[in-house]
Amino acid sequence: MTHGPGTNGLILDEPLLWEKGKPGRVAYSMPTRDVPEESVDDTLVGDGPDFPDLGELDVIRHYTRLSQWNFGIDTGMYPLGSCTMKYNPKINEKMAATPGLASAHPLLEAELSQGILKLHYELQEYLAAVTGMDAVSLQPSAGAQGELTAMLMFAAYFRKKNEKRTKILIPDTAHGTNPASAALCGFASIPITSGKNGILEPVSVEELMDEETVGIMVTNPNTLGLFEEQIKEITDIVHRKGGLVYGDGANMNAIMGMVDIKRCGIDAVHLNLHKTFSTPHGGGGPGSGPVCVTEELAPFLPVPLVIKTDQGYLLETDEADSIGRVHGFFGNVSVLIRAYSYILSMGPDNLKKASQLAVLNGAYVKARLMDTFELAFDRPCMHECVFSDSRQQAFKVTTLDMAKRLIDHGYHPPTIYFPLVVPGAIMVEPTETECKDDLDTFIEVFKAIAAEAEQDSERLHQAPVITKVRRLDETQAARKPCLTG
Amino acid sequence: MLAVTGQQSLEELFDHIPEDLRYQGEIDIPGPLSEWELTDHFENLGSSMYTGSSRAVLIGAGSYDHHVPEIVRSLSGRSEFLTSYTPYQPEMAQGTLQGIFEFQTLTARLLGTEVANASMYDGASALAEALLMAIRISKKKRTVAISSAVHPHYREVVRTYLAPGPFEIVELPYGADGRTELSVLAEIDDLAGVALQSPNFFGVIEDHAAAAELVHDRGALYIACFSEPLTFGLYRNPGSFGADIVCGEGQSFGMNQSYGGAGLGMFGCKQQFVRNMPGRVVGRTADKDGKRGFVLTLATREQHIRREKATSNICSNQGLCAMTAAIHMATLGSTGLRELAKLNYDKAAHLRNGLLDAGATQLFSGPVFNEFVVVFDTDFRPQRERLLHKGIVAGLPLTGYYPDLGQAYLFCATETVSRQLIDELLEEVRR
Amino acid sequence: MKEIDELNLPGDIYYSKEHEWAAKEGEVIRIGISDYAQDQLGDIVFVELPEPGSSFERNEEFGTLESVKAVSEIYIPVSGEIVAVNNALEDAPELLNEDPYDNWIVEVRPTDIDQYDELLSRDDYVAMLKG
Repeated sequence: MTHGPGTNGLILDEPLLWEKGKPGRVAYSMPTRDVPEESVDDTLVGDGPDFPDLGELDVIRHYTRLSQWNFGIDTGMYPLGSCTMKYNPKINEKMAATPGLASAHPLLEAELSQGILKLHYELQEYLAAVTGMDAVSLQPSAGAQGELTAMLMFAAYFRKKNEKRTKILIPDTAHGTNPASAALCGFASIPITSGKNGILEPVSVEELMDEETVGIMVTNPNTLGLFEEQIKEITDIVHRKGGLVYGDGANMNAIMGMVDIKRCGIDAVHLNLHKTFSTPHGGGGPGSGPVCVTEELAPFLPVPLVIKTDQGYLLETDEADSIGRVHGFFGNVSVLIRAYSYILSMGPDNLKKASQLAVLNGAYVKARLMDTFELAFDRPCMHECVFSDSRQQAFKVTTLDMAKRLIDHGYHPPTIYFPLVVPGAIMVEPTETECKDDLDTFIEVFKAIAAEAEQDSERLHQAPVITKVRRLDETQAARKPCLTG
Repeated sequence: MLAVTGQQSLEELFDHIPEDLRYQGEIDIPGPLSEWELTDHFENLGSSMYTGSSRAVLIGAGSYDHHVPEIVRSLSGRSEFLTSYTPYQPEMAQGTLQGIFEFQTLTARLLGTEVANASMYDGASALAEALLMAIRISKKKRTVAISSAVHPHYREVVRTYLAPGPFEIVELPYGADGRTELSVLAEIDDLAGVALQSPNFFGVIEDHAAAAELVHDRGALYIACFSEPLTFGLYRNPGSFGADIVCGEGQSFGMNQSYGGAGLGMFGCKQQFVRNMPGRVVGRTADKDGKRGFVLTLATREQHIRREKATSNICSNQGLCAMTAAIHMATLGSTGLRELAKLNYDKAAHLRNGLLDAGATQLFSGPVFNEFVVVFDTDFRPQRERLLHKGIVAGLPLTGYYPDLGQAYLFCATETVSRQLIDELLEEVRR
Repeated sequence: MKEIDELNLPGDIYYSKEHEWAAKEGEVIRIGISDYAQDQLGDIVFVELPEPGSSFERNEEFGTLESVKAVSEIYIPVSGEIVAVNNALEDAPELLNEDPYDNWIVEVRPTDIDQYDELLSRDDYVAMLKG
């Protein structure tokens, strides 16, 4: 059969940290002691934690081997739907390490911090430009915190208007973070069902939207990879009832320079800099989730905001209506630096082109795989497309089996079993940074796996077989949690 | 490719999007810049900062200047760690998973808790989540108390997170020793949790033993917060005093200060509360062949499964920062951690003794680690300004945070501060 | 997953629409989940039990069952006070998968015994499952 880049190779085993080392070893280069020893109150002194003592090479080999058990974008294709795993340019890492910025103390006076404040201010402006919105806070540390920030702003907005609104509409295709963020603000989630063609219908919003409802949370393009074509009608309905519209910008990578978020009627949108703006995801974070809002909501943004004055850049902290801080300092600044560097290195034309190519790649994968896998919704897709395992179920092969088989071929599987509205969902987001040759190989491999499902389903049930570990017992992990060693 | 998708041009891929929603004109941003132009631009930005090798910033207050060993920088920068996503497919993410399992273990050992999670955003949001967790565990109680000696920004974040709920936040005063006054707790009913920070914002070590006992007597959970985890290399950790939740900022372990982020929230608790804990956790298990392996577990607490009933909305955390912190802890080991912690203590003591000799007064009598507060009889601003020109930022003025403390300054000295620099500073203060 | 005719559904107990079963044991009613419920949920990894002494109204949530990737609420089929909980499930939630009938979840002292008679018989329950 067709092969991806996956092959057998030498994998080195490595014990847990505390299974190696010897007391007295230190991998750290201790600074010279140039001050006298001072006495400490004995009653307060502890034994110190039981850490293994390791030499420098112990530490180097340990983490080098661990890293080799990992798969990143630099290793291979990572078409994880809804996560926008595009290439993270190396130059941005270097920029984040710029000495003056990397060593900046967050409580230095503004006049001593002009460089980083200028960067903050300009990034606020750039993100406003990309979305079409009016004001931006860079403080939220991740998309979910951006959502929470926007929900807190909505709550503050209605408190100020003396309106009691307790519910919020959330489509059935939404990320779980949406209802969880709303719940933190005391808003009850009212599920709203997508229409037959996978997008929201204004009539269902009309039915549910009332004066006790905060508004709606919409991901656009949605998690089926479809553009909410009736978004303007929907936002108009919400606004007529005095509500607000939250946009989940997780899928912004499909529409930069193509769609104006504000013209869609969105009042607040968060961006995932670790998706759209190519900052590396680091195996789970740090991310960054700036919130972009309309002028009307701007007074509620978190403080501090960076402003530009004749005296240079300043921090504005006295905003009476602000929801306050959501981060101890200014958010994940090192991530902001990378995103700023990315935007400048791309410029306006290339950002737009990135979105166009992301959509082209999504549409291409859809077109070439739709004969093999059942397409959830046969409509023009954006940057990602959603299939299901309904054709393969006849051979007792599931989405999970096919995902695991992709691993043996050297691909990170797509997002699976999400969105929840598609049973056995397979959500493929190739991103713009994969070239046609690599997409073609991936497509051929995926088709070969579908063929294998018919002929040799057991192979899929056994997959993966060439990884360091095979399928893991998640039931045992959850029944008898062992979270520390 | 367009032939396969059935379009004539890239624009046509967007034909189904209504015209009135389209972006008008060009995105108003500069660029593109080449790699070389970008480097120049960043050098300019960097050079307009008052930081760099010739400058010393004697401020901590939640962000600490520690050496980052080259092996930590080099290993945490490995692209297999850097460019992977959350480990949803454990067979190809064992590196991240074992690394985070080790992070959880080292964190639990450091904090003295039975379990720890895979990280929160930062110390401030970790504290807010800890208080929400205490409220959840208490089921019906709605009041939390927080020391006014907790970092002012952390308290602001707590207020932001708790604002929409039906909760009351009581701030506890601090005494002459700089430690939190706990006597008012007796008057508060409905108490779900009490949070103290140690070392607190004034650098003072709190009396965890007394606090934990009193808080538990009131039927509430005791939450111990921190912004300088290196402290636990020297001082007893909060878990050993019975703290129910221990949380704080981990930037000190191998991360650049980077204007306050990215660092990470470290979060541990007692085993009995694990199902109420926010955030991801990695657990140990075995694969089909019985081989040791690691997976994300207890996911039913999380937003992607429990949605509006989740213990938190957190999804992305600070994974790479947690990995970095683990590498840093491994680099130090028990021996190195103790030595480094003691060196921090001694450097700060040397600076403190010198300032007191030079006429400053120590504001609080409680024990400290690498930070402390002094007050000056005379206006310190001119001296601070002169020191600034010499490349030294002499402490953080506290007037903005605690107006009634007058000419109080919060100083910090870590292992990065040389005796020579301290002596240079003292010479100016004596003038 | 099992086909409906593969399910073990004893005829001497009653069922609820939410897939709990109820069986009268003297003064109290034992409550558990049906074979269908355990089969749908898959490997159960955690059971959250109510406090003995607490009271619930009919169809109110009184606990939760968790599998690796799902959470399911359990609803009380008759109003009443919890007089006993099956603590063995805390350490061994898999008992519910192994035998959902031997391993009851709670015992309730009903406040209105008529509610018990309103529950589904085995045949009614099977009919409901078949839709």
